Parts: sequence; structure tokens; C-alpha cells
Amino acid sequence: MKTAARILGSACFHAGFEVQDAPRYGAERRGAPVFAYVRAAAGPIAERGVIARPDLVVVADQTLVPIAGAGVSAGVDAHTVLLINSEETAVTWRTRLNLSGPVLSFRAGGAAEDRSELPFVGASCAGAAARLLGVVSVADLEQALRQELAGLGTEVIERNLDLAGRAFAQMAEHAGCVAQGEEVPARGYRAPAWIELPFDDARVAAPVIRGAATSELVKTGLWRTLRPVIDYERCNRCWWVCSSLCPDGAIRVLDGRPEIDYEHCKGCLVCMAQCPTHAISAVPEHALEASTS
Amino acid sequence: MSRRLLTGNAAAAWGARLARADYVPAFPITPQTEIIETLADWIDHGEFDARLVTLESEHSMLTAAGAAAATGVRVFTATSSQGLLYAMEMLYTVAGWRAPFVLVNVSRGLSAPITLEPDHNDVLAARDSGFLQLHCATCQEVLDNVLLAYRLGEHQQVRLPVIVNMDGFYLSFTREPVEVPDAAMAGEFVSVYDPQNIVFRASMPESQAVAVLGGVPYSYFRYETHLAAQNALAVYEALGEQFGERFGRRYTALDCYRSEDAELVFVMMGSFATKAQAAVDRLREAGQAVGLVRPRLLRPFPEASLHAALAGKRAVAVVDQNLSFGKGGVLHTELASALYGQAGAPVLVSFVGGLGGRDIVAEEFYRMFEVTREAAASGVVPAPRLLYTEDELREVRKLQVLARAERAALGGST
Repeated sequence: MKTAARILGSACFHAGFEVQDAPRYGAERRGAPVFAYVRAAAGPIAERGVIARPDLVVVADQTLVPIAGAGVSAGVDAHTVLLINSEETAVTWRTRLNLSGPVLSFRAGGAAEDRSELPFVGASCAGAAARLLGVVSVADLEQALRQELAGLGTEVIERNLDLAGRAFAQMAEHAGCVAQGEEVPARGYRAPAWIELPFDDARVAAPVIRGAATSELVKTGLWRTLRPVIDYERCNRCWWVCSSLCPDGAIRVLDGRPEIDYEHCKGCLVCMAQCPTHAISAVPEHALEASTS
Repeated sequence: MSRRLLTGNAAAAWGARLARADYVPAFPITPQTEIIETLADWIDHGEFDARLVTLESEHSMLTAAGAAAATGVRVFTATSSQGLLYAMEMLYTVAGWRAPFVLVNVSRGLSAPITLEPDHNDVLAARDSGFLQLHCATCQEVLDNVLLAYRLGEHQQVRLPVIVNMDGFYLSFTREPVEVPDAAMAGEFVSVYDPQNIVFRASMPESQAVAVLGGVPYSYFRYETHLAAQNALAVYEALGEQFGERFGRRYTALDCYRSEDAELVFVMMGSFATKAQAAVDRLREAGQAVGLVRPRLLRPFPEASLHAALAGKRAVAVVDQNLSFGKGGVLHTELASALYGQAGAPVLVSFVGGLGGRDIVAEEFYRMFEVTREAAASGVVPAPRLLYTEDELREVRKLQVLARAERAALGGST
């Protein structure tokens, strides 16, 4: 998403705009929601930080919608265009999210069922967004893509170019639908509801870190994209290699038989790499999800 | 010269590269790591001729930086937050060596509790170390001020290490258009480093001080450092002028925005000041005579320029992105001490906000302006305002409820 924002930012820059782009994330980890924002203006940009009232929101992953912390619809109002990467229709999303502004749904490039295609979603989103702005040409987009992806090799760049170009074309009928929102005027604005912060007893106000059981409670297995699976036919019951080397202590050995705790295995695959008898293989999570649903 | 999109981190790296730093002791910490990654990548590809060494801690990193600077080579290093604190002992020590180098600090709030986002308590902890401090508001300023910092620190009237500060995320990870000066022109500006009598020759050690000094010689060295730091003010102004002539961007110790004819002004440091700038524009559109005064230098503190810039103003809203527990905003304190006893000094109203990257939105700037205007009119200065809204407290109360529920579920006391 950071790269997608950079592609869009660069494209706007090439189109002659002043630009600001930035990603936002907390502690880095796989699977954590991440967002990035782009500002573009004819003149210098003094505003900073997260965009409070976005003109356009692009949702690259629809599974973020129900996650409150992802804040997908934060600041969205009637003027905001929301573009979501989804199989479902715009009407469905408009109703689900109870939005009053325009909603568009599109299928970002790369096949959904193949996770190795996921990195290409960004280029599609950037391409679609560029067209919705209506002020960025295909040439600007292409130049931006080549610049931001330089070093990834011709094949990757060409594939991204193709997908971004297709998304750009796909949005033709909505070109320029994004309207620049107004700055909050200094007259007649809504005053911030400042409070006198009350003193709280230290028993409440001290940031006590209670380590107890959090590693158990947090299902870090959700971060996994590849699942290590033990083939017990090949496992020679060495009773220690995989379990000792698992950085998360997610493999325990019961009666000489290793068992992976999938609620906490993050899918780093150290076990697979280290298993002397090659008894562990990696299976994409989506394949398992598909087979169980 | 080329104009391109750069993050604050990349801008800092460009500064080091264009200043032709010889030695880069490094240790990673978010949100600074991209600086040393960028430099390492350039060194790997033969684009930057320097020695980069990863140390085992920031304490060692600062020691290496100071030691290398004391051999008369140009040194660049960078850190952030807890890293700066961990290096603090050496920060004070190497400043006392009077060997100049440049340290970029990417501001990030301090622990505990932990955050990755910016406020200025980290860099303010180094306020009295002897390092000069340049505070940047844009990515362009970061690049330019790294170049200026070398000239400033190496100036024979100064000879002190310099911290160039930028806000994490708001600058470090934010790309903006930045003019990258032509390498030859930048090289000409920073010139070949003449370390004067700062030299080290193998097998020819020279003891520069006895082990422990009494108060008399000790005071001499401390006072001399203070005098050198004060000299840096005029030197910065002169260099800023030279820089402007050469590159078209003039730097002054104070950045004054629409403040000349203003009745009320905001005073703040760092990148959030550009948000104030946007608010000033909106307030001007609404017919208000308001401006912004931003010290680029915190050390030395540009007192005379502040007197001049604030003379005749009715009131000043000081917005501190830091908090000295049990006192208040540090910039407010500094400004109050600078203005005390000045005839016609403006009323100072203190606001604290933006801690740990907490945003300060346009409406808050407008409201700060109103509160300050009311204080000017009534002569009654309100208590310092800790920027916090009803909704924000509500959010925290919700987290506290969740924490209690979780504690109960774990069988703990509620």
C-alpha cells in the first residue's frame, strides 16, 4: 500500500502537482492493517498528517471493513468517493456501510485465489485512483510506476503496468468523479470539545503492562499466510528440532510426536527449513480456507 | 539541481551524501532506520564514498561518532527517541570535546508507555548537552540544514556538534518535493573540511586534558562551550544568507510567516508548524491579523530575534509538542524567560499537544487563536491547555473498561 500511494503520488507529481505521500502503521508485522495517504495540490501543501476528510478512499482489502482499528470509513462524508476492491457490487457496499456518497466497486488485478498475486493489487488501486482523479494521464502513471518499481525487473514492472493500465481504463466512465473538498474555514467552524482532563488515581492512570497470558490470548495464527503441515509418515520423531527452533514456541512434542499450535504459529516456516527429514511442507492458507468452506 | 519526491529520511541521507561525510556510525531504530539504509545502499553501489559501521548500541555509536570527529574527519550519524536517550551520556561527553559532527534525530515520543510517533521530549532531553539544535519543518529543510549544520558546527567561532531534528512519520516517512542541490555546488558550499587542530596521528598520541579537573578549569571549559554555542546564532544567520544566495532558499534562526503585521502569533517548532501555517491562512481569510513564528534554532535560543519578531504583538499562543512533567511546555518556559522584563511583552498562552503524534487539527488552531485573543483582550491568562477532547477521553475510558474486563477474565482484581 505504501508503494501504491507512492505510485499515485509520483503520478500526480509528474502531472504537475505538489504532492505529499506517506504510509501509516504501528509496530510492523505481517497481516496488520496499513494505510497510506496522498495529498496533491496546485500550490505548496502546508497541511500534514492523516487526512481528516478524504476526497477519495481506496480499500484494497475488503476484509478490513469490519475491523474498527483499520478505520476504513474514517472521515468519509457525502463528498467522498469510496472505491473498494471486491467481487460484490457498489450498491451492496453502499448499503452495508450506510454511506451517502458515491461508492465504486472493482476487481483489482491479479487472481484473488492466488496469494502470490497480492502484491499486484497496489498497482491496480493506484491506476484506478489516478483515473478517478481525472487529472493524471496514462503517461504520468506509467512514468510513476517505472520509477517506483525500478529495480524489481522488467517482468514485474510490465505486469504492474498492464494491471494499472487496465484499472485506469476500467474507471473511464468515472474519470474525474473525485471532487476536491473544502478546507475547514476559520469562521463558523465546530469548536473542538476540549475537556479539563481529570486527575485519575494511579491505580487507573498508570499504564500497567500485564503480561499475563497475552501471548496465549492473542491469536497470532491469524497473521499466517502459509501453514506448515507435518507429514507424520516422514517425521522421524527426533522430538526436538522443530519444537526447539520454533521462535514462537508454537510446537510442542507429546510422546515424541510434534504438534503445531495453529492458533499461534505465524507461519515463519523455520520448522520447515530445519526439519532434517523434510517432513514439513507449506500450504497456502487460502487453499485450506477454500477446502474447508 | 533536481526536484523530486523524498521522505525526510531520504532528505537527511542526501544531506550526508552531499556534505561528503567520511564516516557513518549507525544503529537502527524506528523511525530513523531508513536514513542509514539509504546511505548503506549508496555505499554498496559506489555512489557514496564513506565508511559505514554498525555499532552494538547508540551509546557506542555516539562514542564512535565523537571519537572519529576528534580525528578530524567529517562524521554523520542518526538516531531517534530511546536511542538518543541511551546515547545521552556520550552526547554530553562528546560535545565537551568540541569536535563537530552532525547527528540527525528523528523525533519520536519517549517510553513509557511506548509509541512510534513524534513529539519533542526526546530531543529536548539533549537541550543542555552542548549540541546545537536545528529544528526542521519540511523535508527540504532537513536536507538543507544538514549541509548548514556542517558549516555551522565546523565554524571556528563554534566548533560544536549539531543535532538536526525532524518529526518521525510527519517528515521521516512523508515524501514531499525536495530540491536536491547539485553535488558540485553543495560540495562547494560545505567545502573541504578543515579540521584545524583536530587531528589524530597513530603512534603520536596527544593528551588533551588531565583526568579530573577542579572547578576553575572545569568552569572555563563549560563557559567556553556556552560562548561558542551563543556564537552559533550569528554564524547560522550568515550561513543561511549565503545558502540563500547560492541555492535560493534563505534560512534564518526564526521563520516568520505572515507575522509582521499580525496582532497575535503562534509560536511552535517542527513540522506541525506547517499545520499552523495552513491555519494562519484560513484565519487571515476570515479577517484575523495572525501569524506564525517558528524558531529553527532551539540551541542557541534566538532571543534577540524573538524580541524583535514579537515586539508589539498583543498575545502569543505557544504550542508545545512536549511536556515537562510538573512544569509544562518547554518552549513556553523558554519564551517566557526570553521575554520577561521586556517592555510591552505580549501575553503568553500555553498549549500542549501533538504528543506521540496526536494530531492537532485546524479547528484546534482556530480555537487556540480565539482563546489567545480573549486573553489579550481581558489580560487574564488562562491555565495551560492540554489539548484533549471529550471523544478522546471517551476512547481511553473504553480501553480502560476493556482492560478491566480482561483482568477479570484472567482472575485478577478489578
